[in-house]
Amino acid sequence: MTKADLADAIFEKIGLSKKEAQDIIEIIFDTLKQTFKEGESVKILGFGTFHVRKKAARRGRNPKTGEDLEISPRKVITFRASNKLKLVIEK
Amino acid sequence: MTRSAFIEKVSEKVEGLTKKQTEIVIETVFDSIKEALQKGEKIEIRGFGAFKVKSRNPRKARNPKTGESVEVPAKKVLHFKVGKELRELLNSK
Repeated sequence: MTKADLADAIFEKIGLSKKEAQDIIEIIFDTLKQTFKEGESVKILGFGTFHVRKKAARRGRNPKTGEDLEISPRKVITFRASNKLKLVIEK
Repeated sequence: MTRSAFIEKVSEKVEGLTKKQTEIVIETVFDSIKEALQKGEKIEIRGFGAFKVKSRNPRKARNPKTGESVEVPAKKVLHFKVGKELRELLNSK
């Protein structure tokens, strides 16, 4: 399933035009991205929570060359499915 | 961020829909994703990330309290992989 399929689903279920559906889908995911960029987590009820986690700098190694290197501090997104969603998936 | 704050934020950017209508669209988007996942489909949102159902094999585990051996059945878990664009956005200045 891609954004285009999602737009079709919105078109079928709600009756927005495909163009309107595409636009709002873009806005939804862009808003999520911006929120993460600000370091904020987002909880979607009945679906799950996206957490923004900060990773500290650490020493790593290039597995190919064996070279020691510094891995810079970074932010990562983790997703935790809600219990409801987990139950749906498990079946 | 709470659900209502998120709806508010999206609603500000959407033209021609009320807040309530926007809320329904947001719900429908995530419900549709859920339905696709239920069918075992992979969801890929370009620039954002991908949701995929992964199978876990059954395994033997031990109850750490009693030392008893228990069978953990096979199950399916949801995996989210962050998209390249989002990953880069997070770590850009």
